[in-house]
Amino acid sequence: MANTGWDEFEIGAMLRTFEGSIDDIAGTLQEDRKYTENSSFSASVADWRIEKPIFAKDYCIDCQFCWIYCPDISIISRDKKMIGIDMDHCKGCGICVEVCPTNPKSLLMFPEQADEETEIAQWPAKETKEK
Amino acid sequence: MAFDKMELRDIEVWDGNFAAAQALRQCQIDVVAAYPITPSTPIVEGYAKFLADNYVEGEFVMVESEHAAMSGCIGAAAAGGRVATATSSQGFALMVETLYQASGMRLPIVLNVVNRALAAPLNVNGDHSDMYLGRDSGWIQFDSYCPQDAYDLNFIAFRVAEDHDVRLPCMVHQDGFMTSHTAQGVHTMDDDTAYSFVGDFKPMNDMLDFEHPVTHGVQTEEDWHFEHKARQHNDLMTKVMPKIQAAFDDFKTLTGREYNIVERYDMDDADVCVVCMGTSVETAREVALEMRAKGIKAGVVGIRVVRPFPFFEIQEALKDVKAIAALDRSAPGGAPGMLFNEIAGCLFNTDTKALLSGYIYGLGGRDLTKKHLVDLFTELQANVDAGKVLTPLQQFIGVRGPKLQFL
Repeated sequence: MANTGWDEFEIGAMLRTFEGSIDDIAGTLQEDRKYTENSSFSASVADWRIEKPIFAKDYCIDCQFCWIYCPDISIISRDKKMIGIDMDHCKGCGICVEVCPTNPKSLLMFPEQADEETEIAQWPAKETKEK
Repeated sequence: MAFDKMELRDIEVWDGNFAAAQALRQCQIDVVAAYPITPSTPIVEGYAKFLADNYVEGEFVMVESEHAAMSGCIGAAAAGGRVATATSSQGFALMVETLYQASGMRLPIVLNVVNRALAAPLNVNGDHSDMYLGRDSGWIQFDSYCPQDAYDLNFIAFRVAEDHDVRLPCMVHQDGFMTSHTAQGVHTMDDDTAYSFVGDFKPMNDMLDFEHPVTHGVQTEEDWHFEHKARQHNDLMTKVMPKIQAAFDDFKTLTGREYNIVERYDMDDADVCVVCMGTSVETAREVALEMRAKGIKAGVVGIRVVRPFPFFEIQEALKDVKAIAALDRSAPGGAPGMLFNEIAGCLFNTDTKALLSGYIYGLGGRDLTKKHLVDLFTELQANVDAGKVLTPLQQFIGVRGPKLQFL
């Protein structure tokens, strides 16, 4: 692809999303779809991000709020269980953290270079609300 | 078919606009997204009326600007329909941003451009400013000289644009008012014959093919943009002219009417000639015949295909002539006229010793009279006799005030 000449691609400013033809795409999980190399799904935009969310599974109640609110479809949920974040497409906007209702939050923002295991090990404790 | 056919006489009295509207009906355009502007409005109005009267199966989309009109056409063409619209002048200028999108996305849209001056000062009459504005947009551009051409070239435009080896949008130009509002006898085709020439639309990478989803109008930066533009230019330079010639040949077989990439009139033994476009071609032809009666061997070359520019056909047409006038009907904006430059580029590096001079004329609908052309041919003959161009290379014809000439 990187070395393709001007005479070697299909005409038009046009890219195909999937290899071959597709049938029940709405009923096919992303990991089972045959995305082309040209699909935006295949491209990482991780370098757009300055801060990243880290997911602490122990506190998650699988409410799916983050999955609903994520503007980049970067929350990975299977069978209504939150299983992680698509770090190739997450832009680090922080909306998932904002909408997370647990105490402490199951998602928090950290600098891009933060180590996931270290941060989870020192995750904040439950906040007691002052009355 | 769900729509009604229209009975036409063999020869109808149509102006250029109605001729173009009839062509859009007979091609059975799926979508026309349009915004009105003088003098092109009757084309899309005509389509809308045919649609309302059940002579077409399609959609007429009323939009808020010409930018939106072409955007709607682009969407409809990417979706997989046969698409056309019309515009002029300021509307064309507003469309320019989307013209480049249409050609870059390789969408076979046909745009009828009824040529009109560009403001300021505001002017609704015909000159070629809008045609010239579109000449780098990557579209194919056909030029009509009369209503018959405006009718015929629409069919040819669809045939060429929709060819899967081409897939480039086409403009069909006609002179504002002089062609668009001047009724003449137009030889027609019956509906079935006309439709058979363009055939059923054959989609390519259409968005309505749900089994093969595509993204149209993608972003590329320094890594890919150049390759896409190179491909488009290559196809314009190598694939389009043979397809146009084939369409002209088939059209002649079907109707007996002959079109050529470059039209030549009395050029076989011509010493002097003018190269021009639009309605001026017909005036120049008449004057050339009269000049021959006076002993000046005059000829006329009309540009039929403006883009891609007929480089080799112009070389061939002008190889034996001794003096050439390039007539540009657009304010050149601080340069020689477009035709002067293109013709100079064609003839440079060849063996011809032809003398080339440029003339700017007819801006804002100013008439090009027979007297102007008599003087012009006489001037060209004087250049031939002297063996050099006796005047500056750029002169204005028909403008009031002191003689205006440069270069």
